[in-house]
Amino acid sequence: MIKTDVLVIGAGPVGVFVVQQLGLVGLKAEVVDNLDKIGGQCIELYPDKPIYDIPALPVCTGESLTNNLLEQIKPFKTNFHLNERVQGISKEGNNWKIETSGKKIFISPNIIIAAGVGSFEPRKFSVQNAEKFEKHGVLYSVKDKNIFKNKKVCIFGGGDSALDWAIELSKFADVTLLHRRNEFRGAEHSATVARQLEKEGKLKIKTPFQLESIEGDKEVSSITIKGEEEKIEKLETDYVLGFFGLIMKLGPIVDWGLNLDNKTIPVNTENFQTNKEGIFAIGDICSYPGKLKLILSGFHEGALAARACFKLARPNEKYRFEFTTTSKTLQGRLGVKK
Amino acid sequence: MAKITYIEHNGKSHTVEVKNDLTVMEGAVENNIPGIDADCGGACACATCHVYIDPEWFDKIPEIESAEEDMLDVAFEPNKFSRLGCQITVSDDLDGLVVKMPSKQA
Repeated sequence: MIKTDVLVIGAGPVGVFVVQQLGLVGLKAEVVDNLDKIGGQCIELYPDKPIYDIPALPVCTGESLTNNLLEQIKPFKTNFHLNERVQGISKEGNNWKIETSGKKIFISPNIIIAAGVGSFEPRKFSVQNAEKFEKHGVLYSVKDKNIFKNKKVCIFGGGDSALDWAIELSKFADVTLLHRRNEFRGAEHSATVARQLEKEGKLKIKTPFQLESIEGDKEVSSITIKGEEEKIEKLETDYVLGFFGLIMKLGPIVDWGLNLDNKTIPVNTENFQTNKEGIFAIGDICSYPGKLKLILSGFHEGALAARACFKLARPNEKYRFEFTTTSKTLQGRLGVKK
Repeated sequence: MAKITYIEHNGKSHTVEVKNDLTVMEGAVENNIPGIDADCGGACACATCHVYIDPEWFDKIPEIESAEEDMLDVAFEPNKFSRLGCQITVSDDLDGLVVKMPSKQA
């Protein structure tokens, strides 16, 4: 069981920056994220894309923004609990008790939801029985590549994951790469390598094709694919891998009794509290009149929520507004006091 | 201004007037038409405003750009009439446009 002043849900830019704001007011935070790395959408969706509207940073990438934010919260030595999704919450006295998918338990008077549009989950095949074959040949990620040794593997997708795995697995498996159009959107170099492997007979590429159905008893034994002009083909295969990127889902948060408005959580703009005391929502996930889904708005929202968290975490202390330029207390917390 | 007809996957049809310079996605969201999620808010970053353009109209809308084509790779059941609603700007030329929504967005 981990006791803290604030549990932050979501390690995107807003979730990371609020740790700094909480640290400055003297509060300790723990951060939980469903992804395996820090950065949220910035890292998962656009690590290399330039961002031009972060104040005082004329241009940065999703990756450099994340690294800079991590640098900024270094003084506060924060624990990040990655690969963990929050599940249920319950009220225990003045605290919230939060349980995660990895069975961690947090006790905290405050929860800040900075979960963007929700937690990332793989997009899945749309065919009817794909779900039935999950874990029986249908996969959306590779945990142990050795299971594919000398097996027939069909890989669907046109991005880097599909290309990279097709190239890697083709070294020791019978791989067919399938995509809905002829162009791959992954790195040009990877696409060239894949085409070269195709020429050498080490990898089969079938485009434009989409999955039509999956056949098999318990385990996948074959798939039917559909190409141009309704052309149907059947391929024998042991595994079907789909790499269609990630989709964001709100997940168990929808069952917490929070007011919801079309996948967002309404808050008041005084302290970004939801309809439940001690539960705040900041960043893309919160909504209020005039809400802008910009990173810079999330920073502001976090600054205000952090002050509200102070009141609940330190009910007997008075919050004092201070500047980092002049306050010895703040400089001490930042570790820069001379 | 353009009259646009949005047809849900179950066949339910909604015809609304959409102002010029809004997108096809915004026209649906502003009129509370179900079937278009628009998770990313119109940034061509999520493929949850995926629509099938009526074949009669497909060639009449501005051509698809590569970023949108890339995003369609991850859309739910794309076909050759697939577009992202957020990337189609409404103008008088689109008066009468008909789009259908997929059975779900992701």
